[in-house]
Amino acid sequence: MGLRLLSGDAPRSGILSLLLIVVFLGLALAPFLFPGVRALHTAATICVFILLVASYDLLLGYSGIVSFAHTMFFGLGACGVALASIHMGRGWDALLVGTLSGALAATVLAYVIGLFSLRVRAIFFAMITLAVASAVAVLVSQLFQLTGGEDGLTYQIPRELTPAFRFGEVFGTNLNGRLLNYYLVFFACLALFLLLLRLVNSPFGRVLQSIRENDFRAEAIGYRVVHYRTAATCMSAAIAALAGSLYAIWLRYVGPDTTLSFEIMIDVLLMVVIGGMGTMYGAVIGATIFVLAQNYLQNLMGVAAEATANLPLIPDLIDPNRWLMWLGILFVLSVYFFPSGIVGRLRAGR
Amino acid sequence: MMSAAPDHSPTFARLTLIDRLGRAAPYLLVPVLVVLGFLAIGAPTSWLTLTVSGLAMGMMIFIMASGLTLVFGLMDIINFGHGAFISLGAFVGVSVLFALPGWTDAASLPLNIAAILLAILAAMVLTGALSWVFERVIIRPVYGSHLKQILITVGALIVLEEAIHVIWGGEEIFLIRPSELRGAITFAGAALEKYRILAVVLGLAIFFALRVVLRRTKIGLIVRAGVENPDMVEALGYRLKLVFIGVFIAGSALAGLGGVMWALYEQVITAGMGENMMVLIFIVVIIGGLGSVEGAFVGALLVGLLQNYVAFLEPKLALISNIALMTAILLWRPEGMMRVAKGH
Amino acid sequence: MSDPILTLDAIATDIAQYHILKGVGFQVPRGQVTMLLGRNGVGKTTTMRTIMGLLRNKSGQIRFDGQEIGALPASARARAGIGYVPEDMGIFTDLTVEENMHLAAVSGAPDQARLDWLFSVFPPLKTFWRTSAGNLSGGQKQMLSIARAMIEERRLYLIDEPTKGLAPAIVATMVGALRDLKRQGASILLVEQNFAVARALGDKVVVMDDGHVTWEGDMGELATDTGLQERLMGLSMEAG
Repeated sequence: MGLRLLSGDAPRSGILSLLLIVVFLGLALAPFLFPGVRALHTAATICVFILLVASYDLLLGYSGIVSFAHTMFFGLGACGVALASIHMGRGWDALLVGTLSGALAATVLAYVIGLFSLRVRAIFFAMITLAVASAVAVLVSQLFQLTGGEDGLTYQIPRELTPAFRFGEVFGTNLNGRLLNYYLVFFACLALFLLLLRLVNSPFGRVLQSIRENDFRAEAIGYRVVHYRTAATCMSAAIAALAGSLYAIWLRYVGPDTTLSFEIMIDVLLMVVIGGMGTMYGAVIGATIFVLAQNYLQNLMGVAAEATANLPLIPDLIDPNRWLMWLGILFVLSVYFFPSGIVGRLRAGR
Repeated sequence: MMSAAPDHSPTFARLTLIDRLGRAAPYLLVPVLVVLGFLAIGAPTSWLTLTVSGLAMGMMIFIMASGLTLVFGLMDIINFGHGAFISLGAFVGVSVLFALPGWTDAASLPLNIAAILLAILAAMVLTGALSWVFERVIIRPVYGSHLKQILITVGALIVLEEAIHVIWGGEEIFLIRPSELRGAITFAGAALEKYRILAVVLGLAIFFALRVVLRRTKIGLIVRAGVENPDMVEALGYRLKLVFIGVFIAGSALAGLGGVMWALYEQVITAGMGENMMVLIFIVVIIGGLGSVEGAFVGALLVGLLQNYVAFLEPKLALISNIALMTAILLWRPEGMMRVAKGH
Repeated sequence: MSDPILTLDAIATDIAQYHILKGVGFQVPRGQVTMLLGRNGVGKTTTMRTIMGLLRNKSGQIRFDGQEIGALPASARARAGIGYVPEDMGIFTDLTVEENMHLAAVSGAPDQARLDWLFSVFPPLKTFWRTSAGNLSGGQKQMLSIARAMIEERRLYLIDEPTKGLAPAIVATMVGALRDLKRQGASILLVEQNFAVARALGDKVVVMDDGHVTWEGDMGELATDTGLQERLMGLSMEAG
């Protein structure tokens, strides 16, 4: 039963299984294990990023395509929910319409980009997505300035999903709408993650992998490489948009920095590579470690920088603003030395 | 002589005609765009100002893009870290300019230009030297894998940008141009910024120098042949790896040069400027045809001109004008304006 | 006859995960034309590319004029005196005919006397001297490819299917050119599918099948024994 849920793709490593169970239980019981607004927010962010990173892995790890537009699709989903909630008014229908239209827009845009770039050379895709994503990012931030100010958009979601909605208490934890909201995010992410796992273990996923290994051979065997790559791109974009919608429902706020920025794109890249490309479970490990580190390690760096303020150079290097530099170094080193990431390492070391 | 191959000569003649038309088409796009701009703008003086400005911008983008496209064409290597060399060049060049206040503030054009040339030289030497290390440490281990190249050079881009923050501080740096290059001259009633004219002159000089090297020297022959069929160049007896390293260093030095020029154009520099430029550079390289220097030149001019015209006519559309241009060109020629023949 | 110009010994070459050559060994004598024959896909082109250094053999030895060259890059092998005409001709289509020829003359500018000889053998090269090589017809490209290899005197010529897909008149031109080259005492290793051409030029024959050498001997022996031809190469070789 368990293995069927995982589409027969067992973790194949004792430590990995343990880690996955810890993450799963931690997230499933987060509202009860880690009370507090910030902890729950971190947990929800981890859920969303696991899904986002997994959908990116479908592209990067399983299809061998580098995209820089993934956060754009993520943002489309978020904007869909925000705009629908603003224009249709608070309600479940607005969430549904926003989510679906965001996913649809992402799919169509991914299809168009794929049409232009994938039929010539896969490498075009990286460059074209970068160009399109940065243009869209600037465009959106201008639109924000026109409409909602640079502060972004805030909107109302159904009352049942907000802290104002209370319905009891269990083990000293308040049962409120925020809890429901969290479980909406959690179960939606879990379902979509399992769907992705099913996808990559289906015949479709195997063809993608054989294309990644050798596209000439795959074409020679008779697979239309372009079609498969385009399909993977569209699916990946749609799921990224769904992750964006969930994040928007959780945050009740959408701004350019939360969903569209290039920095998130870099974060996603890092999570995939560090977790392990082409493994799906890598997304779970990578996103969890990364979000935790971002939320807690950065503070630590600040403390350390203050503590060493009198020394030369060191405070400059461990200044929290240099967070990105260390990520970059970690990133380069992991591409060199651990191209299969944590999951690959664990599986190999079994 | 034609009788030697009677079966083939008719095909030959027909091919050339179509071929020539096809080859000329990209070059013709630039004057066509300039004329269209004239018709759309109406006011000749504004049009002239915008055209010079667009050409200046295009020239600078070309300088930055030329190295990237050659490196890709020659060794099939995609270097996202190219943007870091632009930023680095800008910071080094601006530091040199700051160190020479006597030359930049003097009311003497030769001294001003000497200061700029010195800044450019310093920037090129430093970026060139760094790129040599970069090629060995970052690029060489990932030959043959585009995926890893993209990942690792993006990582390197981030690290280098952050290193600039560590060295020069996290804030943007403002600068003013050397005294004789401030302001504009009036030509035919249009105000033309002096610096933009200098940028056009410098850009043209570099383009023609590159052309001469590529067309008239043996090393240029090797590079052009290597873009098309690296194996065959090796089989003729040339160490393409060595040529490639030379091209990589030269291309990165040109990125540094472009960085200095762009710094003087924008009069402000940030560590992220190169990363931002990469977007335009990729568009230029793609529409030009990966590996084609001429294509990058035409593409850069088109991007520069279009951006300036559209910004004047409909500022809101300026941003997407480049994407629209790219879309249109890829619809016309999916591999870019000047497709580089690949012999394998 | 002195020692052979080229000796292959138990060469194994992989392309990706496929074992293409599985222990190829034969000799190319000096001043002779050695024909490398066999059906499509048996590893003839891979053998040529391995000798040239464009593919690396994972085991075995390649001795060129007494020297082991297996570790040298392709460029060093070329400079040691191996001229190469690849199966796809390897023409630089963005360059003119002149530029193609200049590039092929590695040690400097092309020798005028040799150029005149090549012009007499391949007249179209003179006609289209300053034309982009991409505009040449298939036959003209093949002429250019061979002329490029011949622009300097090489100690060994590797020529891969020079008559593939050419009209009979052009094939005759090719055969004439190669015969000229042979008369000058050149050592040539020639892959050829057209048995008439092979018989006209070859002194020695090496037959390959499935990554191995299956027969090595004189052309005279093979040319007269149709049973042997059929057994070694199948009926596809009958054409021409």
